[in-house]
Amino acid sequence: MIVRISDDSLALALGADALASGFEAAGATVERVSSWGMHWLEPLVEVDGIGYGPATVDDVSAILDGTSALNIGPIADHPFIKPQQRLTFARAGKTRPLSLEDYEATGGWSGLRRAQAMSGEAVIAEVTQSGLRGRGGAGFPAGIKWNTVAKAPGGRKYVVCNADEGDSGTFADRMLMEGDPFQLIEGLAICAHAVGAQTAYIYTRSEYPHAIAKLRAAIDLAAAIIAPLHMEVREGAGAYVCGEETSLLNSIEGKRGVVRAKPPLPALEGLFGCPTVVNNVLTIAAIPHILSEGGAAEYAALGVDRSLGTKPIQLAGNIKHGGLYETAFGISLHDLVYTIGGGTASGRPVKAVQVGGPLGAYIPPAQFDLPFDYEAYARADALIGHGGVVVVDDSADMGRLARFAMEFCAVESCGKCTPCRIGSTRGVELLDRIRVGAKVLDPVGALPQMHNAPKVARTADQDIALLEELCETMKFGSLCALGGFTPYPVLSALRHWPEDFQ
Amino acid sequence: MTNERLQEILARHAGTEGPLLPILHDVQRAFGCVSPDTQQAIAQALNLSRAEVHGVVSFYHDFTEEADPRPCVQLCRAEACQARGVEALIEAAEAAAGNRVRISPVYCLGLCSVGPAARIGDTLHARLDAASLVRLVEAA
Repeated sequence: MIVRISDDSLALALGADALASGFEAAGATVERVSSWGMHWLEPLVEVDGIGYGPATVDDVSAILDGTSALNIGPIADHPFIKPQQRLTFARAGKTRPLSLEDYEATGGWSGLRRAQAMSGEAVIAEVTQSGLRGRGGAGFPAGIKWNTVAKAPGGRKYVVCNADEGDSGTFADRMLMEGDPFQLIEGLAICAHAVGAQTAYIYTRSEYPHAIAKLRAAIDLAAAIIAPLHMEVREGAGAYVCGEETSLLNSIEGKRGVVRAKPPLPALEGLFGCPTVVNNVLTIAAIPHILSEGGAAEYAALGVDRSLGTKPIQLAGNIKHGGLYETAFGISLHDLVYTIGGGTASGRPVKAVQVGGPLGAYIPPAQFDLPFDYEAYARADALIGHGGVVVVDDSADMGRLARFAMEFCAVESCGKCTPCRIGSTRGVELLDRIRVGAKVLDPVGALPQMHNAPKVARTADQDIALLEELCETMKFGSLCALGGFTPYPVLSALRHWPEDFQ
Repeated sequence: MTNERLQEILARHAGTEGPLLPILHDVQRAFGCVSPDTQQAIAQALNLSRAEVHGVVSFYHDFTEEADPRPCVQLCRAEACQARGVEALIEAAEAAAGNRVRISPVYCLGLCSVGPAARIGDTLHARLDAASLVRLVEAA
């Protein structure tokens, strides 16, 4: 009897290894596969297509004789899995992550073989035709970026995969690197062929040791297939700001992860001053499908408006059915949070969701009809970012969360630009004063050399007006998204839940 | 002895492009810190100034100048784990840790749908409550 259990680090954190040993001790053959992405059911056990979860060692014998009460029926027909449109995560739950045999049997390397028979220009034309936009959050069209690098003068070029997934509430990059590393490798090889790069780097976080190990093993296994391309994994060192592409490049070069001013664009002067493609894991991982026969047209047929294709959405935080949900753009938050996610895990009413990580806006239930689409979110003063959806229940203090956002920016700021470096610290102080409620004279303003600062304490309203002004400065004056987007969670919390700031 | 291991690490990365971060990771793992003396040796080997190496060491959270021999429990304190109640566990964890164990915050382990989550070495733990977290800290 073959029992399939995930070896994704989320399953490991919930005791999947002990569970697998339990099944082996009971005489079953255990296959370690990637995760289906139904995290509330992990560790999930699959026997002949039927799922059991969340399982513990005590459930082994009941699962093997088919009497377990944890039976969820056929996994592929589960209401969380069936409506999904999985292209990037097509293999999730189905293949062994480091099995070249499984990868090949599920259509692996066909995109690369087809691309290698085409000119770089033709490959880029198909990527452009697919409408694929950067999945890291900025949404820049991938085809245009690749074309810039391909046309840039110079013989030495690089492809860099941004796998520095630091946003809270996101785990799709991690799941892909751990669950289907060959797909990322294939996407990078296609990109390198298209733009004429000799070296590809995957920069990921030191907080993801399992992903690093899997990627390194996968690169070794695939070395002959992607030759002569040289591919390497580079490990970050705990700096959130290195998810920003220019500070990521500095980090690979062995420098402080400080943001670079743009221009020059990395596409023209990137890693070691050479033309460089920097794309997110999910952007690169979408490429093998797009380059398969008819894949580009199929991809472009999904989605809405200018947001085409599918987006792997991550349901996280206080949600009953958390996990990975890949679907075409256009789905509403209401469907995601209530229909698919089942509401909060705590059973209390939903107060807000934060979409797009620590720099994303808090959205109140009144706006849950917003379609998942880059432009629609931008119009609502929000961002979809990397597609993380963090649900908070009505016990949350939005004033405290707003302060946390500012404090996070203060701690993680690289220090290059003033609005982010100083603004975030002043923002924390302002929020503290507003939340205390009493009139407190700003100690910096009270200094004798601060000639223009008022010498009487501001009222709460004046402090709030000042906070709004500060956020405006950070939004438009910061060099990168860290300082530029921190105002989103702060201002959205202030706008929708002013009572939490008194 | 220390010097031999350092030379071995430096030799391993001789052909690497942008070798400083990989070297610092290996040094931090081998010695538990990147001491000022080691920084000087690395600077010399890479033809950098000591200030450049020190600047990099001090920028990244993963590198420390002094070793801390205590076991470390990294506890995720980011938004998703906050939404799942990690803040209510801090007091119990710190009480259990005392001075023997270091509790350090980490901002996201990518286990955002099953928090609160913790990492000890390369072992991850999720769906923690006060009792299970205290057990982890005591066993660390």
